Amino acid sequence: MSRFLTRRAALTGLAVGAGGLLTGCDKLGNEGPVRKFIFKGDGWNRGLQRLITSRDALAPEFRPDQMSPIFRSNGTRNPNTQSYNAHAAADFSTWRLKIDGRVARPLSLSMAQLRSLPARSQITRHDCVEGWSAIGKWTGPRLGPLLRHAGLRDDARYIVFHCADRFGGTPYYESIDLVDAFHPQTILAWAMNDHVLSVPHGAPVRLRVERQLGYKHAKYVERIEAVASLDDIGRGQGGYWEDVADYDWYAGI
Amino acid sequence: MADSGDHPPRRSICRHTLATRIWHWVNAVTIFIMIGSGLMILNAHPHLYWGHYGANFDTPWIDLPHWPGWLTIPSSYNLALARRWHLTFALVLAFGLLFFMVASLINRHFQRDLRLRRAEVAPRHLWADIKAHLAFRFSDPDRPGAYNTLQKLSYVAVIFVLIPVMILSGLTMSPGMDAAWPWLIDLFGGRQSARSVHFIAAALIAGFVTVHLALVILAGVWNELRSMITGRWEVEDADRGEAA
Repeated sequence: MSRFLTRRAALTGLAVGAGGLLTGCDKLGNEGPVRKFIFKGDGWNRGLQRLITSRDALAPEFRPDQMSPIFRSNGTRNPNTQSYNAHAAADFSTWRLKIDGRVARPLSLSMAQLRSLPARSQITRHDCVEGWSAIGKWTGPRLGPLLRHAGLRDDARYIVFHCADRFGGTPYYESIDLVDAFHPQTILAWAMNDHVLSVPHGAPVRLRVERQLGYKHAKYVERIEAVASLDDIGRGQGGYWEDVADYDWYAGI
Repeated sequence: MADSGDHPPRRSICRHTLATRIWHWVNAVTIFIMIGSGLMILNAHPHLYWGHYGANFDTPWIDLPHWPGWLTIPSSYNLALARRWHLTFALVLAFGLLFFMVASLINRHFQRDLRLRRAEVAPRHLWADIKAHLAFRFSDPDRPGAYNTLQKLSYVAVIFVLIPVMILSGLTMSPGMDAAWPWLIDLFGGRQSARSVHFIAAALIAGFVTVHLALVILAGVWNELRSMITGRWEVEDADRGEAA
């Protein structure tokens, strides 16, 4: 009998304990040393992955028959600002893509110029941080040669992508380091699935950084800035979602 | 160390080595966090697919329910924070398993306690073991420190199959790892397949934990708990063999 009570007490204890632990996890995740610890994983995972991955290791590429029948869009589906709508109405003939910051020769490219550059086409898998994946074909010039053309200064460490869309009034932006910026599959895509890039997917030009999750693939890119530090950009975490919602800066995982 | 003569001698044995005990408790915390944060991550897109791709316009093989807040970490929707928990403790899980495997080869825990003999997995022996479990008899009075066969099978399945599958299918969901180790994609047949396998293996681990906790309670909470904390496990008298 006493053993039965012990069992029941133990079961109750386990149930209450589990509930208490979960509530405790909210507190631990919001402040203090445990939060500090779980925010270290971003850098640890980046370091470990960089350690075992060669710089030019390619993301898997797929055959045309492996592509998603429908490639959903996500995030901003239309920036819908006055200036963006004016560019869209002109078929983006008025759009300029600037490359500046810590570079020797700032560039300002029209879409015609961008489309005339040697382009790379790749059928790759797009992985959203939410968990879904879609496979599509992307075409555009590689970012690396463009940065070389602009002449990165020695102190440039990160490449920041400033976008035309706003989230609740805040400009979207993202950033990558030079390993990903010069990766062979990192391109400025102006075409998707053999069509000119549509507005929901980031017209007229978006970043493809194939070894990272979707939120790094900045859409509606109007300015590419080379910087020595991310501290003075936005709120300093390296991207819109990193700033407003604590997403990891390294999204290779 | 000598018992006083007035009490019947109570024998206790060292059942768990320090490495086993450390790994057990680190893992208990880690698995708890991984399941809670994993369910929160799943809430961001609770649909599972087979193959390389899978999104809203594709056909999932299963639509999962929305996991309630009392099961998830954190308890209200926060994908970013759940990922911080999950991806940091994933390192604890993976390197913890590595530590335990190396330690258990060195201290011979694997060879001594987990090796399955051919006779043990014979259907007749397995049936006898199942009957013993149903009678709440979990250890052999002649070899009280030894694991029973079902126990060995479940530990072997968790250590050598389920947790490695969790780690590998988790890595396959990382676009960076797919570039580094493309064989991961081939192993699971695509990222969305890996995501499905990840969930199935997690469900099996949750099942293991449930049965494990139930059996700890049935076998005697305090003796089992003490043995996993201090290592000392009290042996029951042979004539009370049928007691739980």
